[in-house]
Amino acid sequence: MSPPEGFPMIAPVGLCGMAVRFSDTLSEPANRAALAFRAALEKESWHGVEEVSTSLTSAFVRFDPLHLSHDTLEAQLREMLSAQDWYKAALPGGRRHFRIPCVLGGEQGPQFADAAAAAGLSEVQARAELCDARPRVLTIGFAPGQPYTGELPAHWDIPRLKDLTPKVPQGALVVAIRQLIIFANDTPTGWRHIGQTAFRCFRPEADEPFALRPGDEISLRAIEAEELQAIRERDQDGLGGAEIEGIA
Amino acid sequence: MSARCLHVLEAGPSVTVQDAGRPGFLGEGLSRSGAADALALAEGAALLRQGADLAAVEMAGMGGTFRTSHDMRIALTGAPMRADLDGSRLTWNASHLLPAGAVLRIGAAEAGNYGYLHLGGGVATRPVLGSRAAHLAAGVGRALQAGDDVPVGDDSGGACGLTLDPVPRFNGGELRITESMQTALFSDETRARFEDTEFARDARANRMGVRMAFDGAPFAAEGQLAILSEVIVPGDIQMTGDGTPFVLLPECQTTGGYPRIGTVIPPDMPRVAQAGPGAALRFRFISQQEGVEALRRHRDALAALPRSVRPLLRDPAQMPDLLSYRLIDGAVSAHDPDPEGDRK
Repeated sequence: MSPPEGFPMIAPVGLCGMAVRFSDTLSEPANRAALAFRAALEKESWHGVEEVSTSLTSAFVRFDPLHLSHDTLEAQLREMLSAQDWYKAALPGGRRHFRIPCVLGGEQGPQFADAAAAAGLSEVQARAELCDARPRVLTIGFAPGQPYTGELPAHWDIPRLKDLTPKVPQGALVVAIRQLIIFANDTPTGWRHIGQTAFRCFRPEADEPFALRPGDEISLRAIEAEELQAIRERDQDGLGGAEIEGIA
Repeated sequence: MSARCLHVLEAGPSVTVQDAGRPGFLGEGLSRSGAADALALAEGAALLRQGADLAAVEMAGMGGTFRTSHDMRIALTGAPMRADLDGSRLTWNASHLLPAGAVLRIGAAEAGNYGYLHLGGGVATRPVLGSRAAHLAAGVGRALQAGDDVPVGDDSGGACGLTLDPVPRFNGGELRITESMQTALFSDETRARFEDTEFARDARANRMGVRMAFDGAPFAAEGQLAILSEVIVPGDIQMTGDGTPFVLLPECQTTGGYPRIGTVIPPDMPRVAQAGPGAALRFRFISQQEGVEALRRHRDALAALPRSVRPLLRDPAQMPDLLSYRLIDGAVSAHDPDPEGDRK
């Protein structure tokens, strides 16, 4: 694809940050570009750079402006941008597929019917589509380990609710704007709560505290509330019964 | 001999262990956390002549009652709170000797919001991902409560009874901001009005962010309201749906879709965290270059903090810990006792 008009662009983020933005709307190539650019930045490890990360379609550099000037960093970023077509970059290596048990609808997903209707589907159709989907982790953010996954088919481009739901529990599956999120913590949200998992995105005490990485894929295995309860009772690793396989 | 520890007899609602935070996990969705007032950590370290990387006890609004297992050096910094040791008033912004078993009571903040109790040797809880800082929003650590025994590291020793003049930051004032990713979404007129408006820290404030109350029309961004979620850093001034600014603090989320009009520079963040209720705050845009210069001066001032420490001259009538007073002798003999002479 050709880059969106005006992109990629470099923008300041406070005094000690700079973002390289590949689009201002979500697209698969822009997300891939951000991930690849971040990986390249990590490899460079420039003096004065303290941290790199990505959001949906941007890479971010946190740096110490007393050790790396804004002008120098911007010039280095521009040079790196022009070195290749980042929108055609490959996905990160070492990707994995997480198959995550999830109760869809009912008390554990009180806004499932509403979300299906907003997507123009019957509940049966919506359930089938969600279980067939294999959305990719586009970014981890907002809360620790929390995945933004997508994209679902276009009819799932349903808006966030204006009135926030005051508290949706940890492990909740929520949907909006063609994306699915599994919440890392209890949180208020404008996304529709359509299901419940026992998956813990963040386990501070574990060897690998953050379960998912950008580029990983997830899919849902529909289960009943009783099975979720059973999974919770025997769950030791916080993965909530997820099965993990490498993506070749 | 038993391990050195701080016994928590009573704790205010939001007393946590904090250090410089846990940088490096933005890409994993975990914000840095760490002391809301990083300057207070540096002041405590200067008073105890120890590293600023050591963890301390942060007390939001209200302190607690504590006792130590061993004689310990302590320092009190940040928002001044009423503190007494077995009933004798302790000076804030100073170091003291806390004899084993004595009861230290720290009350409500008299100005500002976040007070700090530093211990010689530092709080020695087990680090999580390289830091001892609680991050309640992320589920790392928890607030201290009555009955907790908080481990304290070995103290290499040193003087007590030292004081310093804190950098003023408890009464609001001007906050310098630089442009951020979405500043251009706000019209020149809106930005000018933003700079002209007087704000006050709203009661709806915590370690995630501070809501800025004001009189007048909301501050709206132009054009698309549904902006794509982008990276967030502490200091970002997020304009929520109703046009009210929130300044984000160390426990903020890592990404967000609200437009940000600008970002408070790091040297002015302690002023955001410590603005007392009703203290007037204003924002002023500065250039990136001015921001870098301000950061340089701030780092220089931090480096100079240890030299600004001087003996606490006390009324002998309020001197229960003669031992600590004696410790001053010799330890700081080369120091200029004139407080004015210390100000840079």
